[in-house]
Amino acid sequence: MNLVFDWAWLPQLGRGLVLTVELTAACMALGALGGLVLALLRVYARGWLSPLYALASAYVHLFRGTPLLVQLMIVHFGLPNVGIVFTPFVSGLVAMALNTAAYQAEYFRGAIQSVKAGQMMAARSVGLTRLQAIRHVIIPQALRLVIPPWSNELIYMLKYSSIVYMVGAADLMGVGRTIAAKNFRFLELFLVVAAIYLAVVLLLTLTMRWVEKRLRVPGLGTSGRGA
Amino acid sequence: MPLLRVEDLHKRYGTEEVLRGVSLTVVKGETKVVIGPSGTGKSTLLRCINRLTEPDRGRVWLGDTEVTGKGTNLNRIRSQIGFVFQDFNLFTHLTALDNVRLGPLRVKGLGKKEATERAMAELARVGLADKAGAYPAELSGGQQQRVSIARALAMDPQLILFDEPTSALDPELIGEVLGVMVKLAEEGMTMIVVTHEMGFARSVADEIVFMERGVIVEQGSPEKMFRSPEVARTGDFLRKISELYGDAA
Repeated sequence: MNLVFDWAWLPQLGRGLVLTVELTAACMALGALGGLVLALLRVYARGWLSPLYALASAYVHLFRGTPLLVQLMIVHFGLPNVGIVFTPFVSGLVAMALNTAAYQAEYFRGAIQSVKAGQMMAARSVGLTRLQAIRHVIIPQALRLVIPPWSNELIYMLKYSSIVYMVGAADLMGVGRTIAAKNFRFLELFLVVAAIYLAVVLLLTLTMRWVEKRLRVPGLGTSGRGA
Repeated sequence: MPLLRVEDLHKRYGTEEVLRGVSLTVVKGETKVVIGPSGTGKSTLLRCINRLTEPDRGRVWLGDTEVTGKGTNLNRIRSQIGFVFQDFNLFTHLTALDNVRLGPLRVKGLGKKEATERAMAELARVGLADKAGAYPAELSGGQQQRVSIARALAMDPQLILFDEPTSALDPELIGEVLGVMVKLAEEGMTMIVVTHEMGFARSVADEIVFMERGVIVEQGSPEKMFRSPEVARTGDFLRKISELYGDAA
């Protein structure tokens, strides 16, 4: 077997990686925002707000219940039929953000619900409004509890962003595939692409572990630590 | 005029009627101790007073404000009624100082400097100024409960409700919490205390209320309740509970 690697490929792959990282960062940020709102509605929207609860629940079921790839195809190739045209990057971002928001909503919901009921009661007993209690007592605790599942989602989305090459985006996967096809060096290119993904995943894992440690508060542990 | 008036409170959970018409009044500076068997509605009574639990029927007044009134600003009322929970319920993610400071900052709208000074003063009052930077998990149960008393005090409440404040504590930690409560009573704080600590009831209470099955069976001075209760059941309970928990505060 004769493996060939040309160092000149690296800058191109680097540009692809930048796009992959941008895409992942943007979709995770939008997804976190959307996911938090969805989760709050799923947990707290009752009474006259219950239509919002139903909407949020329907959203979560819809976007978790269908494949990300199908969602991407609908956004990029389907929406032009009704006059909505996105660039490959924007299509990828829209589909991924919509999708991860649904998953993140579930992670946030789990975290919010694992904050002990007494915390809300104590906050209300001091005279905080429900919203103040959510903002100053529930969310700060939930955000710490959500870090481990959120980190998984981050890594998942980084890797699954590779599907955007199918709509023509020049992400890491897309660039690798183009170079590979040009040079008939599929094994080399995809191995290198895989290695780059792996390196970024490891870096993210370490970063998130550091973040978790930095924000850790005694007694507010996950997996039994510090309790 | 009494500081707190409770009139004919009723509360039902499913088929079980936990409160079946409870009425009482508390005057300023009074320490009222509520005793009675478990599951008798004592905690529910406290929670109905500041509407952490919504009563089904009955009315509550704090001064001349009706707590149970329709247009009442509940958050404002609650900020004037301190609540001390059996299991402390300190905010897990906040230090002792931040636990005590949160209400003054967010409810009373004090500036950071003023809120901090007040919180530190209240922590000092419960003997925990040196623990200001500690998280709840780093404190003993007794210390946590004292922080939670400081949290209630920092709102400068007209009245504090104590819901079995020492029941979750190891025996050797009970004394430090009762000590703080005795001091508060002596300083003239108005308090309703649900407890099984008969020593505390006997020495600190202005009046003892005996509740059973959702109603007040008898109430009176510790002297009367311990020496010559009018209802036989009161005497039985007091004897039994004194044997169980001892008599020392």
